[in-house]
Amino acid sequence: MFLPGSDRFGGRTRLFCSVQIGMYMNGFLIYVAKRFGQFVFVVVTGVTLAFLIAHFSPVDPVEQTLSLVTNFGATDPRSVEILRASLRELYGTEGSMISQYFVFWGRVIRGDFGPSLSAFPTPVMTIISRALPWTIGLLTLATIISWVIGNLLGAIAGYFRTSRSIKIVGLLVMALQPIPTYITGLTLLIIFGFLWPILPISGGAQLNLEPAASWGYISSVIQYGTLPALTLVLVGMGGWFVSMRSLVSNIVTDDFVVYSELAGVPSRTVFSKYVARNAMLPQVTGLALSLGNVFGGAVIVEFIFNYPGIGKLMVAGIYAGDYSLVLGVTTFSVIAVATAVFLIDILYPLIDPRVKLG
Amino acid sequence: MFKVLRDLLRYNREFLFGTLLILIIVAIVIASFFAPYDEMATYAVIPDMPPGPEFWLGTNSRGQDMFWQLAASMRNTLMFGIVVAVISRIIAIVVGLVSGYVGGKTDQIIMAFNDTLGALPNIPILLLLVFVLRDQMTWGVLAFTAAMLGWTHDSRLIRSVALSLRTREFTRHAAFSGMRTGQVLLREHLPYVMPIVFFTTMNNLIWAIGLEVTLSILGFSDINRPTIGGMIYWANAHSAMVAGIWWWIAVPMIAVVILFLGLFLLAMSVNEYIDPRSRLARMGA
Amino acid sequence: MSQVLDFKPAAGTSADVLTIKDLKAYYINDMFGVRREVRAVDGISLTVRRNEVYGIAGESSSGKTSLIKTLAGAIRPPMQVVGGSVKFDFGGKHIDVYAEPRKMQAARWQNLSYIMQGSMSVLNPVRRIKHAFNDFAFRHMGLDRRAFRQRVESHLQKLGLDPNVLEAFPHQLSGGMRQRVTIALATVCEPEFIIADEPTTALDVLVQQDVLGLIKEVQGRLGSSIVFVTHDMSVHAAITDRLAIMYAGRLAEEGPTQAMFDNPQHPYTAHLIASLPRIGDVSTRKSLAGRPPSLANPPSGCRFHPRCPIAIDRCSKEVPEMLPSAIGGRVACFRAGEIAVK
Repeated sequence: MFLPGSDRFGGRTRLFCSVQIGMYMNGFLIYVAKRFGQFVFVVVTGVTLAFLIAHFSPVDPVEQTLSLVTNFGATDPRSVEILRASLRELYGTEGSMISQYFVFWGRVIRGDFGPSLSAFPTPVMTIISRALPWTIGLLTLATIISWVIGNLLGAIAGYFRTSRSIKIVGLLVMALQPIPTYITGLTLLIIFGFLWPILPISGGAQLNLEPAASWGYISSVIQYGTLPALTLVLVGMGGWFVSMRSLVSNIVTDDFVVYSELAGVPSRTVFSKYVARNAMLPQVTGLALSLGNVFGGAVIVEFIFNYPGIGKLMVAGIYAGDYSLVLGVTTFSVIAVATAVFLIDILYPLIDPRVKLG
Repeated sequence: MFKVLRDLLRYNREFLFGTLLILIIVAIVIASFFAPYDEMATYAVIPDMPPGPEFWLGTNSRGQDMFWQLAASMRNTLMFGIVVAVISRIIAIVVGLVSGYVGGKTDQIIMAFNDTLGALPNIPILLLLVFVLRDQMTWGVLAFTAAMLGWTHDSRLIRSVALSLRTREFTRHAAFSGMRTGQVLLREHLPYVMPIVFFTTMNNLIWAIGLEVTLSILGFSDINRPTIGGMIYWANAHSAMVAGIWWWIAVPMIAVVILFLGLFLLAMSVNEYIDPRSRLARMGA
Repeated sequence: MSQVLDFKPAAGTSADVLTIKDLKAYYINDMFGVRREVRAVDGISLTVRRNEVYGIAGESSSGKTSLIKTLAGAIRPPMQVVGGSVKFDFGGKHIDVYAEPRKMQAARWQNLSYIMQGSMSVLNPVRRIKHAFNDFAFRHMGLDRRAFRQRVESHLQKLGLDPNVLEAFPHQLSGGMRQRVTIALATVCEPEFIIADEPTTALDVLVQQDVLGLIKEVQGRLGSSIVFVTHDMSVHAAITDRLAIMYAGRLAEEGPTQAMFDNPQHPYTAHLIASLPRIGDVSTRKSLAGRPPSLANPPSGCRFHPRCPIAIDRCSKEVPEMLPSAIGGRVACFRAGEIAVK
């Protein structure tokens, strides 16, 4: 997996960045530079992996497309050759593997994944950028809500151990955790789609509305996004609840918490400023680590609720045999997740003063 | 060790419950070996029969007996999950122990590799693989790839245990007495690491099976061999909900909930049992 | 409240700030079918007077930390008080810790403060020092923000700390500075009663000297009573007025420090004192046979009898009471005063 080219490329970029920024700036910028180096490393690895998988496939996309086209009737051999050549260029399958690899990188950086096959000749990037806001909106909202609620409930459960109501809430939340996303989603679909049909179960927004910053459109988006988001939130809360509760029950025996209780600091203050503030730190790291898995949930949820995000796009692309689209979405999601992790990483020192900068 | 199991069964309700659920699943799996029909056959019985005395869980629109389909599916799904879990355990243990025990530069390099792999989104890469392999996607390939992607989180956990063990007295004694690194890892450290391994195995199983279900529902696996996700796929393909054949969807869903709940309860209860604080409390420290 | 408290007890108040009567606090654990009772504090009675430094000494598992926690009302399940009482008298304000928890809560930090063991982690790592002062002390002082800040800064200066330390995070300070800050924090409200739980353990000797001197100075200025818990006998010799020796959840001996060092009445006390190195003394030290007893399953009769060099038959059958000793304190031993210190 570690081709000589990829290492040098990644390493050179990292070296370049840290030399560029140098030691003149303050520690924070050096920290950012280090994290950026990691970001680049991850992206390089992921893109390389995608490239390798795509190119070691037993299926040649060029021939596949050709056979689709020529199946429609007789085509003279010269046109087929021209088509083959232009397809080769399109898919970047000319030349040696190494040159293909660099051509691929060039395209990734330019954001050009070629035209989509099923929606020829629309560029893949255009299609992705149409679907992207839906998924980003849905995932960001759902992830943040489930993280906040899960952690809050977990912290309360860990600190106020004896309260009856939190024990019941905790059991409910934990019972949801092992249930697969599909089942939770389907259950919500049945409840709100058939038994008590108050929420829409298909689509991103009302079809006849123009996308605009109008209240009508926005409220429609919220309506349509409720069930998908709710599914993701219900599925995700459990994990945060359990880990936060365990963190908090450990922190509660830490010296500084016991000390503040001895000092008579009111429970509410101890809970928020001593316990929660400290327990939150590993959870933020956990959030960054969990982002790699969040896409999977999005795929299923978008499938169930017919939500126009890039998960649905990916699935549709696979059904249609749309090589450029699938490769484009994969590469893009690798970069998107790495970016999100990078952002969380550089925001982390703002909440934890102990992080060594520089 | 049996004493441990007996204690858990007697006093820990979650463990008891989890074990019961898993036993149900195991019973179903064992039943699959006695199936009167070939699991891949279709139209072997009257289709669309509701659950009743002749067909306990009904039949589906493809003419298959739901009960035997469930048994075979459960077996295949579990086998897939177990293969993934075992392979990724081995990798995670090796990587975690070596990295934690050796330390230094090697550890840093290994962990950098580990974290990079873990930061990649799993599903898009798997989907890409599914796409390029098309009809040649077998369960083996899928299991192997899933195992490759699923060990990173657990190797970190194991590594932290190994790190703490490295500095403890008995490790130094073993090293001084001339044991080689491999021997030390295997004979001294492994027993400590086992409880965490058990816990992560349960989690990994849940993850792997969830992966199978997700991919199968979308139709991206070998759907001719019956699996839990596959059952749901076929149910959707035949519009089972709309046609009123609700048991086609309900049976695999309930089965997978039982399976996951059982695994989850086992994992949680064992985790609590081995949690050092509760252990200390039990010992009266 | 800014004046030093008067020595002489005012009319209507006794001279005892703290009265503990027959206190029993156990860890009760019922898990996986096993019930275990760890008798950390098993029938302790003592009093602490106004303006005195009262030391509590003992080995690691003697139960002294549990005693302190019970004293301060800072116990959590599985630990619970099963008998006895803890009563404070803060210059006329009487509080029974376990019968009046709300009154106790209000008195915290204002009348009773705590200097904790291990300065490493007693302060919230993600907040600045000034917030600790705000959280702990502000609501008791009855001052506005600016006046409070000024009071804190002058208090810090008196303890030899730069007021800028308020803006720092705990991990930015050295161990000694953190301990000084903790002392400053514990004394800023000028409480009548301070519990010091191993404040000098884990500090190197020079810093130890420093911190001890600081505590002594503050105590003298405020006239507070201090309960000083440590296993280090030399620290007790340096700072305490009276000293109590704990063994296996019970008191072995109590008395004026100097007298106890010169003429210990209990064999355990004698051993503790004999174990202190003395300049010029080259004799080998003998350690006590056996190990500290398990608090879940303590020995019958006098708990020290398995390791006692002068134990007799009676010691394994009857529990010795705390009776007045020859040096003006109390001792629980059937053969009190018969041991000789070399």
